[in-house]
Amino acid sequence: MPAIDLETEDGRNEALRRMYTIRRFDETAAEHFADGEIPGFVHLYVGEEAVGVGACAALEDDDYITSTHRGHGHCIAKGLDPTVMMAELFGKREGYCNGKGGSMHIADVDAGMLGANGIVGAGPPLGTGAALTIDQKGEDRVALSFGGDGSVAQGQFFEAANLASTWDLPVVFLIENNQYGEGTPVGEQHNVDNLSDTAAAYDIPGITVDGMDVVAVNEAVAEARERARDGEGPTFIEAETYRYHGHFEGDEELYRDSAEVEYWRGRDPIDAFAERLMDRGELSEEGFEEMKDEVEATIEEAIEHAHSSTDPEPEEAYDDMFDGEVPDITAFAERLRADGGEQGGEL
Amino acid sequence: MASAGLEREETQTMTVREAIREALREEMARDEDVFLLGEDIATMGGVLDVTGDLYEEFGRDRVRDTPISEAGFIGAATGAAATGSRPVAELMFSDFMGVAMEQIMNQMAKMRYMFGGKTEMPVTVRTTEGGGMGAASQHSGTVHTWIAHFPGLMAVAPGTPAAAKGLLKSAIRSNDPVFFFENKMIYEQSGEVPTDAEFTIPLGEANVEREGTDVTVVATQRLVGESLSVAEELDGETSVEVIDLRSLYPLDTDTIVESLGKTGRMVVADESPLSYGVHAEVMARAVENAFYSLDAPIQRVGVPDTHMPFSPSLEGEVLPDGEDVRGAIDRIV
Repeated sequence: MPAIDLETEDGRNEALRRMYTIRRFDETAAEHFADGEIPGFVHLYVGEEAVGVGACAALEDDDYITSTHRGHGHCIAKGLDPTVMMAELFGKREGYCNGKGGSMHIADVDAGMLGANGIVGAGPPLGTGAALTIDQKGEDRVALSFGGDGSVAQGQFFEAANLASTWDLPVVFLIENNQYGEGTPVGEQHNVDNLSDTAAAYDIPGITVDGMDVVAVNEAVAEARERARDGEGPTFIEAETYRYHGHFEGDEELYRDSAEVEYWRGRDPIDAFAERLMDRGELSEEGFEEMKDEVEATIEEAIEHAHSSTDPEPEEAYDDMFDGEVPDITAFAERLRADGGEQGGEL
Repeated sequence: MASAGLEREETQTMTVREAIREALREEMARDEDVFLLGEDIATMGGVLDVTGDLYEEFGRDRVRDTPISEAGFIGAATGAAATGSRPVAELMFSDFMGVAMEQIMNQMAKMRYMFGGKTEMPVTVRTTEGGGMGAASQHSGTVHTWIAHFPGLMAVAPGTPAAAKGLLKSAIRSNDPVFFFENKMIYEQSGEVPTDAEFTIPLGEANVEREGTDVTVVATQRLVGESLSVAEELDGETSVEVIDLRSLYPLDTDTIVESLGKTGRMVVADESPLSYGVHAEVMARAVENAFYSLDAPIQRVGVPDTHMPFSPSLEGEVLPDGEDVRGAIDRIV
């Protein structure tokens, strides 16, 4: 059974709720990043919600995904808990990675979420590896690797796609073309009209869909998932989309003008889908407001939880390097801490 | 400790190559989640004939020939390990490590830590190292220092057939990424190897191969055998203790310190380039932990910061051997 069945009214409403949850999660993260409460970098998914939700809705609960540096949306789409996610963004012990990963490395392996990833193009080899496990064990599940347009220029994307197609592994490559690889337009980074044209190099289907349309993404991924399950190998799906915020929070966005941003905002995936549901009589204005209030409460709860969560103890920095204790780390840590604790004190 | 009772155990004479193949065979038979992948490891049996006929026994799903695509298949091994497989990847020559380095350093090494300990990473990477075959600069490197240096990875580099078998089995059973470095000049070296399928050698333990009282030689890979020959030559004149370091990371500081307590003198012999090499780390541990045991400056034997040249006369110049170990001993004893 797909995680969210877009063939049903309930499913469509749930998809809308997920998209809106992503939107509010990231907008709220932006505020708390600006306030200095969230350390490091954050890369927001605002504008791209239809891609993550459309894709993950078509997956089953035990399917795997690999994500990107812009991963919050993939996490929520895959069903991760915004409260535990926010705690991770705040660097708290109650977060998914006990505060060791942060925005760029959120993962929940048990839920099939194999990690956001700070390296462009690194997810597809990992997704191919998950598909290799599926193939080795004869399991009935698939892997889906999200990647940005930039990842298609990476050698490791090519290597993963070639390996997966050569071995007919059950993996789907979903490329989110948000028009810019960091600050450089996609046309200046690639020499094809559509990124999906490159699928020909692997002799796998390559299609380009409207990434602002959750149903279009969902249908494409559902079909690709069937192909993968049937042993026919990977599919390359390019979803054309747009990020409303900069590459990272704080990006001055010198590479684009506001007219372009406005054009894409005019195609907003959440507004468009809500309108469709209203046209079909599946959602009322009132119902949508109620949904928004519920999401708002969820996000507020996530922030409150993050505020009341605990900072990891400094000595937890030495945990989780290996399966068991390694004497080298223990000895170095003991010597360091005997000299007065944290190296160099508080940052 | 499994290695302690060597003399009581049933053994068989085998080469390093056979010991590695036997370890692979035993672990594949023991655990169906173990599979091999790499370039030309099935039909060809591996370019240096290590995997041999394993594909006939286990089939092509468990001995997979990959495209020449190190980032792809090392990355796939990483993803497979995170999802319940126990892959053993063969990187044909360690010089090809750079192609796969992104997946090694940012994914394989970091996933457990970044995820707060919530994933296992039971992957083994076997690779060949070393000069001596006239294979020139791009097929003769010794790069194990990179891996030993990088947090989150374990590195072993055995010098005997028994160590090769016992360490590879532990590497495969480990839930952490372990790099298994095979010096290609010792594949034909023979020795006694325990036949018990449960024989393993713990990662992180060095082994005193020969006891002595005048000087300690801490050696790796090919230089273990060469140092043992030197010790034999010097018998009656200088009493040489030879340690096979076996694990580069974790590093067995205790065995080094204990030996220095006895001998007060040390030579570190490893085929890495000398600067920032394994030698430096062994010496640092000795100085930090056994400074007052030292009676003479520690000596190191390695490659003098050059690449491996092609012509035999050039390669012979920079490739460390027993003579260099002997020279180093002579300088301090």
